[in-house]
Amino acid sequence: MSSLLTRVVEAATTPLLPADYLDLVAPLRAGAPLRGRIVAVESETRDAATIVIKPGADWAGHVPGQYVRIGVDVDGVRNWRAYSLTHGPRRDGLISVTVKAVPDGKVSNFLVHRTTPGTLVHLEQAAGEFVLPADERGVTPLSHRKLLFVTAGSGVTPVVGMLRNLFPSTDEGVLRPGRSRDLDVTVVHVAPSKPDSIFLSDLQALDAAGAINLVARYDDEHGVLDVAALDQLVPDLASRTTYACGPGGLLAALEAHHEARGLALQTEQFRAATIVAGEGGTVHVGGQAIDADGATPVLDAAESAGVLMPSGCRMGICMGCVLPLKEGAVRDLRTGEVTTADAMTGPVKIQTCITAAAGPCHIEN
Amino acid sequence: MTAIQKLEQNPVAHLTPEDIEAFGAEIEAIRQEVLAKRGADDAAYIRRMIAFQRWLEVGSRATLLASVFPPAFVLGTAGLTIAKILENMEIGHNVMHGQWDWMRDPKIHSTNWDWDNATPAAAWKHSHNELHHTYTNVLGKDNDLGYSIMRVDEDQRWHPFFLAQPLWNAINACIFEYGIAAYDLELGKNLRIPKEKRSEEFTKGAAATLKKIRGQMLKDYVVHPLVAAPFGALLPTLAANVIANVGRNIWSHSIIMCGHFPEGVAVFEKASIEGETKAEWYLRQGLGSANITGGKLMDIMSGNLSHQVEHHLFPDLNSNRLAEVAPKVKAVFEKYDLPYVEGSFPKQLASAWHKVFRLSLPNGWLATTTPKNAPKRMAQLYKMSTGGRKARKAIQAELDAAAA
Repeated sequence: MSSLLTRVVEAATTPLLPADYLDLVAPLRAGAPLRGRIVAVESETRDAATIVIKPGADWAGHVPGQYVRIGVDVDGVRNWRAYSLTHGPRRDGLISVTVKAVPDGKVSNFLVHRTTPGTLVHLEQAAGEFVLPADERGVTPLSHRKLLFVTAGSGVTPVVGMLRNLFPSTDEGVLRPGRSRDLDVTVVHVAPSKPDSIFLSDLQALDAAGAINLVARYDDEHGVLDVAALDQLVPDLASRTTYACGPGGLLAALEAHHEARGLALQTEQFRAATIVAGEGGTVHVGGQAIDADGATPVLDAAESAGVLMPSGCRMGICMGCVLPLKEGAVRDLRTGEVTTADAMTGPVKIQTCITAAAGPCHIEN
Repeated sequence: MTAIQKLEQNPVAHLTPEDIEAFGAEIEAIRQEVLAKRGADDAAYIRRMIAFQRWLEVGSRATLLASVFPPAFVLGTAGLTIAKILENMEIGHNVMHGQWDWMRDPKIHSTNWDWDNATPAAAWKHSHNELHHTYTNVLGKDNDLGYSIMRVDEDQRWHPFFLAQPLWNAINACIFEYGIAAYDLELGKNLRIPKEKRSEEFTKGAAATLKKIRGQMLKDYVVHPLVAAPFGALLPTLAANVIANVGRNIWSHSIIMCGHFPEGVAVFEKASIEGETKAEWYLRQGLGSANITGGKLMDIMSGNLSHQVEHHLFPDLNSNRLAEVAPKVKAVFEKYDLPYVEGSFPKQLASAWHKVFRLSLPNGWLATTTPKNAPKRMAQLYKMSTGGRKARKAIQAELDAAAA
């Protein structure tokens, strides 16, 4: 009966779907593509803010430390970024991410400085392996009771998510519930300077309550952290399980450091490796790797290598050649504008007839 | 009008190749200027337009439930007609052009959109975006010129078949969405091929079109009238849907006639576009299109095809920006002393229809016929229509002599 009703309603709205009309009134309803509405933007430092979001009805929840991919319309263009969830599951059902505005960061600057409550954003379900193991009651197993967190820059955000879950902060101060009572946590927090530290007050409060032992290192005060100094900063390093989150360079150094000592390390790279646009590059399409210069449209390069490509006007007007760029950079030959895509942004559709490779790129066909 | 190169006063004869390149660069600069500043307001515009259109359609269909009352019938029918026009013109046509692809919103993207029209999106995008917009007004290349069933230029040889073209054109206007569907499939050409020899592409395309038409008909002529039946409004709702579809068809056909048919619009020969530069392409797009003057309402109801010249120069530029670029484009055309064809809707529509009538008759017939010689001319026309090719040739020579 309900399937017959569905078919009738679909027949009444074709070629649109009933959902296209429901989206006008209930974009967060169950069954809709996952979206969220920003309910608050709380300033953290001069260039960081916590964005509180009411997720759609189909939000499946998350584990502290996981991240969520968020699609934000900036200047009319949808951009996808991944941000860590900075808390455990909340009673009000809201989720929040803390964003640090990075120089030239299109999305982070928009979220920190320009976004307003009421804005609709697009979401994916929480994902990520950077989580503390826990049993069904949320208790950390014995093997993970002595912990070291190394965080750098905005890499502190997933760690704060884990810490807030372990030690909830209330009006009466930091709680130490039974499941977390005998945890022994050291946090090495690295930031360019003290005022640039997001979540510093959270970390200091946890430290003051005796929940964690905070070791803060500021580049302007202490110099850039050398991982070899970790053995002095954390004398019982060897007895701890290490979780590290931050930029790729620091993580690589830590990995080498821990490997040399035979220690376990769980990492999460926080900012995706920046794609640097060049001139020309290897185009991966249709199972082939084709070297193309910076003046040859991807379409021409692929076709001369024998790849069957969709095409149309060949002058950038008909959109008959549009394919998703999965990873890499291309340049619009008319405007010089560079379009990049990576795991964080997700695929971006490009006109292959008027874009050339600007570095290695992977195109789906 | 005839192929531009044969005209006694070729409107581009005064331009050197360097002039044309300079003209092209100025046109390109206008495009870049808009691209640099478009953003959140543009995105808000199309989202608002889509939401308005959907509310208007829902509201109109709800009103039609009460269409046993004449005021509700009138209101609902008018609303539904306007909703269908907006959906096809300002939204569907422009989204499928990729004008909004830059927003990277999969719900408003040329690769995902389908419209409230008999022809499926994929078929239309091929014949419209790729063929018509690339080969605009090139005789033998751009089938939009008369949709292969009309004589649209003096250079096409006259045949008695064309006497009926005003009638074809009127019928095509009423059933325009089906005309477009048939045209996108190249139905005439394909039906002449024996069934077993037709391409797989055509067979698949025809199946997709039939499926689309079935869905459209089921929606407008079965589901909504049946939903209205318990309110006693089955027949008026059915009538309202027919009126809305025919109204939308006539309106879009008229707007499109005004875009490329009025006097003053140039057509081009196939050979003239070999090795064409981008600047020459811009020139052809501009000379091959005509604008409709009017206000904001005309812009929106025509899907901004009231700025057909600008749309043809920048087919992928979002429609809400065309009104802003039009004066700049016009200034460039004036600077290079090029014709920029524009006129009011009634004037352009009359001009286009006059051309349809004129070309339905042998060259020079309409111009040389006076009340005094009318009986003689009628006799000549009769002979040309019933006689063979020889008779046509002989009388045509007489007409040409009279017209000279």
